[in-house]
Amino acid sequence: MEKRIEYLEDVTIRFAGDSGDGMQLVGAQFSNTSGIYGNDVNTFPDYPSEIRAPEGTLYGVSAYQIHFARHKINTFGDFIDVLIAMNASSLKVNLPKLRRGGIIIANTAGFDEKNLSLAKYETNPLEDGSLSDYQVYKIDINRVLTHVLEDLNLNPKYVDKTKNMFALGLAYWLFNRPLEATENWLKAKFAKKPDILEANLRALKAGWNYGASREEFAIQYHIPKADLEPGIYRNITGNEAVAIGLVIAAKRANLPLFLGSYPITPATEILHFISGFKKFGVKHLQAEDEIAGICSAIGASFGGYLAATTTSGPGLSLKVESIGLAVMLELPLIIVDVQRAGPSTGLPTKPEQSDLFIAMYGRHGEAPLPILAATSAADCFNMTIEAARIALKYMTPVILLTDGYIAQGTNPFKIPKLEELPDLTPTFVTDPENFQPYKRDPVTLARLWALPGTPGLEHRIGGLEKEDITGLVSHDPLNHQKMVEIRQKKIDGIVNDIPDAVVEGEQEGDLLIVGWGGTYGAIKDAFEKMRQSGYKISMCHLRYLNPFPKNLGDILKRFRRILIPELNNGQLRAILASKYLVRGIGLNKIQGLPLKAIEVEMKVKELLNEVRS
Amino acid sequence: MIYKIDEIINLNPSPIQQLTPKDFKTPIDVRWCSGCGGYSILAQTQRILASLGIPREKIVFVSGIGCSSRFPYYVNVYGIHSMHGRAIAIASGLKIARPDLSVWIATGDGDCLSIGGNHFIHAARRNVNLKVIMFNNAVYSLTKGQYSPTSLPGQITKSSPLGVLDDPFNPVGLALGSGATFVARCYDRDQKMMQLMFDRAARHDGFAFIEAYTNCVIYNDGAFDLYTRKESRAEHTVLLEHGKPLIFGDNMDKGIILDGFTPRVVSLTDGKWSVNDLIVHNEQDTTLAFILANMTYNPDVPRPMGVFLSIRKPTYDEKVTEQIEFYKSAPGAYDFDKLLKGDEYWELK
Repeated sequence: MEKRIEYLEDVTIRFAGDSGDGMQLVGAQFSNTSGIYGNDVNTFPDYPSEIRAPEGTLYGVSAYQIHFARHKINTFGDFIDVLIAMNASSLKVNLPKLRRGGIIIANTAGFDEKNLSLAKYETNPLEDGSLSDYQVYKIDINRVLTHVLEDLNLNPKYVDKTKNMFALGLAYWLFNRPLEATENWLKAKFAKKPDILEANLRALKAGWNYGASREEFAIQYHIPKADLEPGIYRNITGNEAVAIGLVIAAKRANLPLFLGSYPITPATEILHFISGFKKFGVKHLQAEDEIAGICSAIGASFGGYLAATTTSGPGLSLKVESIGLAVMLELPLIIVDVQRAGPSTGLPTKPEQSDLFIAMYGRHGEAPLPILAATSAADCFNMTIEAARIALKYMTPVILLTDGYIAQGTNPFKIPKLEELPDLTPTFVTDPENFQPYKRDPVTLARLWALPGTPGLEHRIGGLEKEDITGLVSHDPLNHQKMVEIRQKKIDGIVNDIPDAVVEGEQEGDLLIVGWGGTYGAIKDAFEKMRQSGYKISMCHLRYLNPFPKNLGDILKRFRRILIPELNNGQLRAILASKYLVRGIGLNKIQGLPLKAIEVEMKVKELLNEVRS
Repeated sequence: MIYKIDEIINLNPSPIQQLTPKDFKTPIDVRWCSGCGGYSILAQTQRILASLGIPREKIVFVSGIGCSSRFPYYVNVYGIHSMHGRAIAIASGLKIARPDLSVWIATGDGDCLSIGGNHFIHAARRNVNLKVIMFNNAVYSLTKGQYSPTSLPGQITKSSPLGVLDDPFNPVGLALGSGATFVARCYDRDQKMMQLMFDRAARHDGFAFIEAYTNCVIYNDGAFDLYTRKESRAEHTVLLEHGKPLIFGDNMDKGIILDGFTPRVVSLTDGKWSVNDLIVHNEQDTTLAFILANMTYNPDVPRPMGVFLSIRKPTYDEKVTEQIEFYKSAPGAYDFDKLLKGDEYWELK
């Protein structure tokens, strides 16, 4: 039948259902297919912190949100355009995020009496007129599938398990996506289970056909390809990007990789990935605690490995004494902190940017170290390579801050060519003549790296203050001052080895938005939108937090007002105030949720006196 | 895969045949108190290291914090003097990364069993190939005399002026219970026994734990005198020797029998018992090791010295290396392009 085609710039779709409904899986498929199709894509999986929440309940809802567009996008979408709800609870939980006029595709089989009661609905929202502001499509997916799969004589349980594929197929029709990538994926996944494969393929196709043939689906939406840089792409989460980044950094350093880590949400996936990388020669230790995680990495670093430890807030708290030791030993070490909402246990599955202070100041004594922050899932790869580069070149521990949002969200990652990445190969000293363990490179101030196993270089290092050059224990007052200053100078000097901060928009003027790390997407989207509407504003996003880029002070001086959006109570704002004596204006969201573009936009408008607060 | 560190690992070793204990001394002055048991442990260690046939550059000493943890500064090999309690964790990472090294830990009762207790039990459980020498002086000395996890109930210290209330750890029992594959006890006054224990530990493939009774002349002087002084030790200790019955006493006229699961002292001169009735030590018997370990705080039996247990199990570091070797030939091994691309990728032109 004849369908109308409508062209759109961007769409946000959210697959929502019960934890057992396979929403994460179809979300990832939709995201991959859209990437392959040529859209820019940004996603966020949103699942309950309970491992197996009771079926059908409000707290058992699992969802996967995909924002895809014909232009460059940076967030997973402030509002949903299309909500696919497999049961009553998933409708109730996600409806507030749906924009007025948006589409709801509901599986009526998930709105029976039991499901309605679990969702605490007194009447069926699909029938009581409460959804009149939305376009609602009601489908009894289970009934359709029972018919479609009838001749396969499957256990009804398996029929139920294919309803996510029906939803995916329908979404593919609605947005004119090819089925091929998912079909191939299913064929690989169920190669040994032909009947399950057949059921899933049929369900996928049935979903597509449902949209194509039913009269109520009158419009098909087309989102043309984005104008992205040519290259090979994949979707990647921040955690996987860190894991792969570590392996690739080690490869480029010509060193074996060691990870010492202890399970902690939301960083654990990095450990999962790394533990599967034995075939890349990676060694790891799932340690007995966070402290042993970092300590084993320090031991491996002493032995000449590229060593890393991965954690989240509470784990970073436990590691701080050991980080101080690494500062004193001047050994390369990468500490990845996937920030989550604190303090204490806080909100373990929710993102925050509240570990900047502990990264910057969280050690006893004067213990400076470089701090980096990744801006997106894909950027986690770049910044992991950068953390390794700085750690090895300057013989120092480096903290890389990501967060629970970019760690679990995905966006397309342009796959680099191995040989285009920097050569990180370190130099090991082998000549015993005039060897001194704390002799330094005159430019970087990095000390020599002498590995056990090298004849004639036997030496002892430790946490007691070192005598300059010899590294012997020294209690000399002036030596202590000198060593504190050398260690500071070494870290400060990295400023000459990192890129300048970039101002987008006006180079000087009234309002500059300064953000850091994982809020990049929201700020960038708001900024772009407002620029297109003619606002004369500027943005500057930081990935290097210690040292700051050397032009940052000058940049801050060129603007009358500095807006600093952060997912904390003003940590960057406080640091910039103390370092550059600038009084920033905070936009501090501390809700365990990622920043939204609309929130930045509203705040900017408020500052520009266009919105009265 | 050839790594940059392989150049170091494969360097020609320094000549080792002429090594003497002197080669393991450093120019640093030893700063323990005069009469400290640590001196003897240090001397025996240097003697044994010289005899092992291991090049100096392949040996690493890691320590935590405490009097004993000054040790690495006094041994001319590679070393890390780290943080309180963390030596074993650091050493574990080093040994897993570099199985070619002989990695030793010098620690104390507070460092190893209190703040570092978690690392100790887990390294033992994993059987990481580390050599742990625990100087037990039953007191915190560097912080000037507080009670430690091996101090005895009632012991008067600066932090227990009315006497210690807690029961002590039995370090040998804790090591056994945690899965250590080599467990021994010796004391500072017996140089020969110490040398033997250190040598055995060095040659053991696996986690080796040695509890060394160490006299602290300042804060707990004479704590182990009963077991270490010439006048009393024959009556109050029994030497564990593999395959030999447990005989002790000034005239070697007493023995230990097993009464059910309980070790009991018997006389070999009253005609009731003969040598044939006594426990015969078997270093490979894990159950016996626990029974012997439980004699530790039992005043009715002598305190065992020597090797409680020595069994061979695959070490953690060996197993890690084996896994990596195994996957060397797996599909996709060292295919870094494939790692970058993942399973699903696409090209935009």
